[in-house]
Amino acid sequence: MKMIANRLLELVLFLLVLSFISFAFMKLAPGDPVRYMLNIDDVAVSEERIEELREELGFNEPIIVQYGLWLVRFFQFDLGISYMTQQPVTQELAEKLPATLILTFCSVVIMTLISVPVGSLSALYKNKMIDQVSRLFALIGASVPSFWLGLLLIQWFSVKLGWLPSMGSDSILHLILPSVTLGVAMAAVYVRLLRSSLLESLNQDFVISAKARGLSSFRIFWFHALRHSMVPVITIFGVSLGSLLGGTVIIEVLFSYPGIGKLVVDAIVRRDYPVIQGYILFMGLFVAVINILVDLSYRYLDPEIRLKEGGST
Amino acid sequence: MKQIIVHKPIFLIGGMLILVLTFAAAISFIVPYDPLHVNMKERLLPAGAGHILGTDHLGRDIFSRIIAGAKTTVGTGLLILGAAVVIGVPAGLISGYAGGRFDRIFMRIIDAFMAFPDYIVAIVLSGLLGPGMLNLIFAIVMVKWVGYARLVRGTVLSQKQKDYIILAKINGLGPMRILWKHMMPHVAGNVLVLATLDLGKVILMIAALSYIGLGAQPPAPEWGAMLNDGKAFFYHKPELMIIPGVCIMLVVLLSNLAGDFLRDHYDVKSQKGGQ
Repeated sequence: MKMIANRLLELVLFLLVLSFISFAFMKLAPGDPVRYMLNIDDVAVSEERIEELREELGFNEPIIVQYGLWLVRFFQFDLGISYMTQQPVTQELAEKLPATLILTFCSVVIMTLISVPVGSLSALYKNKMIDQVSRLFALIGASVPSFWLGLLLIQWFSVKLGWLPSMGSDSILHLILPSVTLGVAMAAVYVRLLRSSLLESLNQDFVISAKARGLSSFRIFWFHALRHSMVPVITIFGVSLGSLLGGTVIIEVLFSYPGIGKLVVDAIVRRDYPVIQGYILFMGLFVAVINILVDLSYRYLDPEIRLKEGGST
Repeated sequence: MKQIIVHKPIFLIGGMLILVLTFAAAISFIVPYDPLHVNMKERLLPAGAGHILGTDHLGRDIFSRIIAGAKTTVGTGLLILGAAVVIGVPAGLISGYAGGRFDRIFMRIIDAFMAFPDYIVAIVLSGLLGPGMLNLIFAIVMVKWVGYARLVRGTVLSQKQKDYIILAKINGLGPMRILWKHMMPHVAGNVLVLATLDLGKVILMIAALSYIGLGAQPPAPEWGAMLNDGKAFFYHKPELMIIPGVCIMLVVLLSNLAGDFLRDHYDVKSQKGGQ
């Protein structure tokens, strides 16, 4: 319990530091957001109007005062108004988040559908033809830029064959290409991981003893070896959940998929500060919470860690 | 013989470096056209005489752009790794060797960096600084140096308490000399392996971020940016998509292979040392 409280305290401190750094960076960044806001239609704006808006947004206050005001609003879940759409940032993020989560989920499903069978076959038929092929797949998969794979898939399945839509997210069909792209790119890593983890498990005493007890090799594989090998794989998966969200940014832009990744890249290109800052804080919170959850889950999955900590304190 | 085996990675890397440098020197002579020269009369030409790989939608020679892009993409990748090593290695050496409160605070900073996925930090940093190649370089260096600092710090911590270091201290060697003469050789191999494995990742990152418009800006010839640049013409001229993509893939594949090879080699060596 004490550990959880400590971690939560750290999380709050961390978010404060993160928010201050991102706030300071924005103030130092080149480009005047007031001009960006007013220049939407490339119509000339009077200097008075610029000054008026600057006063209105509080840009003339000292930076610490601005940060304080911003912090107060932050605790009321008010992250400001997007310059691009004139919508509240919180609302923008909340609207785009489900799409990203759905895409992430689908690509994890595809990744699992590829990596579990391929990794298993590769370990079971070590150094045979099928193992060589799957290792080649893993090597190439780790070297192909994911956005290029996406471009190839678009070219083939939507342009040449016309089977699947390439842009947007209107139907379930729109999900197929982006999630396949992400899934395949991720699968390369997990095929490798599962293979080496399985090879290790297959040599363990419990597998040999299961063989000695006369269990069928099917049972040994599915109920003993594979289960044991999944522990390190799931651990790594938990840690890399955050980087999965980083990977979706590229794919969302590629497929014009309206998730938070596309939102932030659009915001960066148009210097829409409130949205960028909202994204930073949201991602900071998200990744930090995931890391805490992963830490906690170890303690329940692996009794050794609990014992060690109990012994040392 | 054993000497050669132990030092082989260094020979291998040296050989690779020489190869890359000769290649880089050679290609600056064989760029047939100005990679930025726009010629609308010769747009989207097929591969053939004059233009080995044809021309793009603005009539620029694709082969010249690929060669110039190699310099941008691979050159920037090497530059980023160099900077990450130059910042990360001394930071790790000092933090590990100094220990105490300084080391604890330093580790906190490193943990905070490591907690965040590379792509998100790079995107966010280039977001704060604005799109552009220089900002992208800065962003990726910020992401990558932490790995080296952490690795080096770990090695220093494991060596610090050994007898030979204590002996060196008793003999009056200053911290700088101990770090340079006794720690560096232990650190160098690990750093080399990590850097080789990282090269592919860094190149993928440069290309991907340039593709979404956060890195190299058009008309700069960078492989990822070239893919973005020509995307409206892929249907009529698939080479515009195939060639830069294959180039990225090959370079990343090579550096992954080299990294795997070095890692295996290095593991063998460390196992032998342990026996």
